[in-house]
Amino acid sequence: MSQPSTHVLLHQADNILVSCRDLPAGARLCIDHQPVILKESIPLGHKIARHHVAKGEKIFKYGAPIGSASTDIALGEHVHLHNMKSDYIPGHTRKTVG
Amino acid sequence: MQGYLRSDGRKGIRNQLLVAYLVECAHHVARLIVNQSSQAGAQLIGFPGCYPNSYALRMMQRLCTHPNVGGVLLLSLGCEGFNREALEATVRESGRPVETLVIQECGGTRKTLQQGLSAVARISAQMATQQRADMALDELVVGTICGGSDGTSGISANPAVGNSFNLLIAQGATCIFEETGELIGCEHIMAKRALTPELAEQIYAVMDKAAKYYATMGFGSFAPGNAEGGLTTQEEKSMGAYSKSGDSPISGLIKPGDLPPKGGLYLLDVVPDGEPRFGFPNISDNAEIVELIACGAHLILFTTGRGSVVGSAISPVIKVCANPNTYRRMADDMDVNAGVIIEGRASLDQVGEEIFERVKAVAAGARSVSEDLGHQEFILTYKTFEPLGPGCLPTAHVAVA
Repeated sequence: MSQPSTHVLLHQADNILVSCRDLPAGARLCIDHQPVILKESIPLGHKIARHHVAKGEKIFKYGAPIGSASTDIALGEHVHLHNMKSDYIPGHTRKTVG
Repeated sequence: MQGYLRSDGRKGIRNQLLVAYLVECAHHVARLIVNQSSQAGAQLIGFPGCYPNSYALRMMQRLCTHPNVGGVLLLSLGCEGFNREALEATVRESGRPVETLVIQECGGTRKTLQQGLSAVARISAQMATQQRADMALDELVVGTICGGSDGTSGISANPAVGNSFNLLIAQGATCIFEETGELIGCEHIMAKRALTPELAEQIYAVMDKAAKYYATMGFGSFAPGNAEGGLTTQEEKSMGAYSKSGDSPISGLIKPGDLPPKGGLYLLDVVPDGEPRFGFPNISDNAEIVELIACGAHLILFTTGRGSVVGSAISPVIKVCANPNTYRRMADDMDVNAGVIIEGRASLDQVGEEIFERVKAVAAGARSVSEDLGHQEFILTYKTFEPLGPGCLPTAHVAVA
């Protein structure tokens, strides 16, 4: 990463990108030479779909599987708890207890 | 750099005086002694439980004879199960000044406090004569941990620490990475880096143990803040955490309190053996730091994305901030800003080099930021471990005793 950028591809085999700054809804990105307009805000460090991912497909980051898509995911969509899940052990939030 | 030469041949980068309570009932009196002692730098550690536990005894023996420790005052209520005689004997055999005060025998809070202050003065006077000797990087043990990880950790601070591990190991240093529960999903790539097939088998076995243990607990090692910071799954967090280990071959697998036999990269298995008995393997980051220190770590590289402020008793903690936004909010608590990697202002290699230089400076006596702020967190809880299995330390036979 030599230039400040909006996002980074960590590995060629990945189907997600990582946001390098807090990106607002409506932000225009260029993903693999394709123009993409974000439908939702994507904070720094969060994942962006690099292309369409079908439900059940593995999500790849660092070239390694980090879970599976729990629904179909469109190009440029925020990839997080609402559309992917662990293949090992489920995550939790503060609202899990109480 | 110069180190404090100890009787076992190891050298310390600090000369700490510890006041150690052996049950929660002695905690307050121990704290009063630390707070009222004029001896600068007396540190408070302890074990809260009343029931005996061989892991806790072994950990306290390792911690009280850590190369960064010069002398120890033990604080007992009197009726607890902790084997204070065995701990005192271990410290005495190491050549360090040690005294034990039993509150029930001393006559309560005020009398124990007065005797404790006198004891600290005596121990401190003896520590001042501690011999120093030249210390090389190949005598240094560095542990790493991540706390408050987020989506930036695995692309900035963690791989930068991995680069600094590569530099340290090239100089003969010993580096330890840990938390097998936070490496779930990385078992295949980790096993490929093992020095021998037998070690690879052991790595698979402890990773299987970690996955089963956390499944029984009902929660992975994944905090709500991790998700707010962009991490979605345990295996995603694991891949990021894993990059702290750098690229060196894995020379061995150790458990809390095991000392790596020689330089190289070691994996610390922190998940208890046997049926899950005492709860979560490590209830918070400092429990992991204490275990790294019990394995001889002179200092700790702590990476954080969401922002942690902790330090530790005994060994300095160097904090490497992964997230540029967090760094702007919490710069006063950070030693190294790895967020510049995200902003495209520095490369992983440059930040790895900066961490390496910071390690050398802190080892030579410069205070880390958390040390300067007075952070001395410490926590030790119940656990059970069996001895290492065969093949865990393939280089042990060439170790110098």
